[in-house]
Amino acid sequence: MFAYISRRLAVSLLILLTVSFAVYVIFAFLPFDPAALTCGKNCNDPGIIEANRRRLGYDLPFFTQYFIFLKGLFFGRSFGEGAALINCPAPSLGYSFQQHACVTSLIGEALPVTFSLAIGAIFMWLALGIGLGILAARFRGRIVDRLSTVFVLIGTSLPTFLTGLLLLVFVVIRWKLIPFPSGNYTPFLENPFEWGQILFLPWLTLAFAYAALYTRFVRSSVIDTSNEDYIRTARAKGLSEGVILGKHTLRAALAPIATMAGLDFAGLLGGAILTESVFNLPGLGRLAISAVVKYDLPIIVATTLLAAFIVVIMNLIVDILYAYIDPRVRVA
Amino acid sequence: MTLLKVENLSVDFPTPDGLVSAVHETSFEISAGETLAIVGESGSGKTVTNLALMGLIPPRTANVSGSAKFESHNGPIDLISMERNELRKYRGKDIAMIFQDPMSSLHPFYTIGDQIIEAHQIHNKVDLKVSKARAIELLELVGIQGADTRMKAFPHQFSGGMRQRVMIAMALVNNPLLLIADEPTTALDVTVQAQIIKLLADLQQEFKMAMILITHDMGVVAGAADRVNVMYAGRIVESANVRDLYANPLMPYTQGLLASVPRMDRPHTNRLSAIPGQPPSMIALPTGCSFNPRCTRKSEVGGSKCETQMPDLTPRGNGHLSRCFIGEGA
Repeated sequence: MFAYISRRLAVSLLILLTVSFAVYVIFAFLPFDPAALTCGKNCNDPGIIEANRRRLGYDLPFFTQYFIFLKGLFFGRSFGEGAALINCPAPSLGYSFQQHACVTSLIGEALPVTFSLAIGAIFMWLALGIGLGILAARFRGRIVDRLSTVFVLIGTSLPTFLTGLLLLVFVVIRWKLIPFPSGNYTPFLENPFEWGQILFLPWLTLAFAYAALYTRFVRSSVIDTSNEDYIRTARAKGLSEGVILGKHTLRAALAPIATMAGLDFAGLLGGAILTESVFNLPGLGRLAISAVVKYDLPIIVATTLLAAFIVVIMNLIVDILYAYIDPRVRVA
Repeated sequence: MTLLKVENLSVDFPTPDGLVSAVHETSFEISAGETLAIVGESGSGKTVTNLALMGLIPPRTANVSGSAKFESHNGPIDLISMERNELRKYRGKDIAMIFQDPMSSLHPFYTIGDQIIEAHQIHNKVDLKVSKARAIELLELVGIQGADTRMKAFPHQFSGGMRQRVMIAMALVNNPLLLIADEPTTALDVTVQAQIIKLLADLQQEFKMAMILITHDMGVVAGAADRVNVMYAGRIVESANVRDLYANPLMPYTQGLLASVPRMDRPHTNRLSAIPGQPPSMIALPTGCSFNPRCTRKSEVGGSKCETQMPDLTPRGNGHLSRCFIGEGA
């Protein structure tokens, strides 16, 4: 198992290196002058542009730039010199001239927001999706199952921005159950209640869409597993239906859910752009989208890389976890 | 002593295309310690008969009628009319079952030890250690080397034959009175088949249990069974002790089955003999005798009797029963 994990870690590192290079290449060859973008839309002073070019290292050859970028990840990086020296400690992902901040610290502020959003949402949708999926499978063809089909249909066809807006309009504006989201975010450790209040509707929005998918998946997985020979064996042993479902069917039926949930969680951590925008949450998705609008290249590169990083790491975690769930994929 | 007496067992599955009568008014008996083989082609009702006895036909999918009186450890019970939840207490204890495909019949996520222990624990209020010792004892009995360490192995770490041995160990863990073996060797290699049949026969002696052996392998029947029921299209068409059946098959279908077995002690002919035609559709059974469209001897009966009347299962002496007009009343 240790050899397997080491091997997977090495491969993951290689993938990340490749991804970072690809991202860097794409952004290096965009038809924009990154130096010109650093001093705003109406800036035409070639002096400032050239000075920024040197400060940010855009005057260096491409591979040197990439190497400095990689080095910055591990050893930190400083921009400019003398009085104008800006120091971004490791892991440095660059400096955003438009926000006048190190990209890493911007991400450091946005990531907890997105993480809070994702973690709450995943708990909600797993509870809802798995619960409803099992019920629908157990009472196949009956009223619960039909209602779940309706839920799946609505959940999968409503886009999150619409669900989110509907929730805002009714829960916040019409019924005034929750105060209007101010765009400020309260960390969990500061005030858990406020944290929950701010995030409740965004969680619901995301959970609604995902729970629908999970309901459908769990339902068919449970039904497929119920028809397995080893479930018949369990019944032939004289086990009760409850034990058969809880111990034998679900163990096998829910195993693939671990993979699915891990990857969906990773995808959300990369930034739930629509949900964050609708609810005015200062998360990674909003950071990325505002950077795209303003051509803030260091942030775009950094958020893209971060998303890739999260997906690769989650993939690794899921694979290791799966080996514990399913003995057949365990490596000696 | 009669252990199980099945009377007029019928299993009908309502389908959108009509009622499928998988088993039709079947009656038979099995004595304690006896081996009854049930043979017939796929779809003849062998498996459904036994699933009905085990109460393993999913509820609301079929109409099951008739009776099956069984002498359990706790006195006589009726397997058919008994409340499902009540029957559960006998399933895996007094009656155990092993299945055709050992590859898929064990849960892939649990160790074989856990699975055998579980089978023991449901029916015995004993300490886990007792169940564990019992599981090891049975694994040794079915010929698994190093049973102690193999307890922690998962099903995928065993070969097909070994998995069937594990299934047998699991079935026998509670000393059943009756073991139903549903084509236990069909999915195995020929060499392994013989071992498993021998193992079952040995264990049957040791546990003094009765066995219903479902198979379509006439070779297996000859070696292992005391009595044979031949089924065709949901009905028993011939029943006899194994010597009588091989020496003197009465029903043309049985004759066809026996003739289709390749034999080394007979001169080689060009081809194996086969029964012409296909088993009938269970939705639209032929009128008269279900076998009549494939029967090569119906001219001996004369007229169109075979096409219009279903013959009864009648005694032909020495406990031999046949459902055929040929030789009837002779």
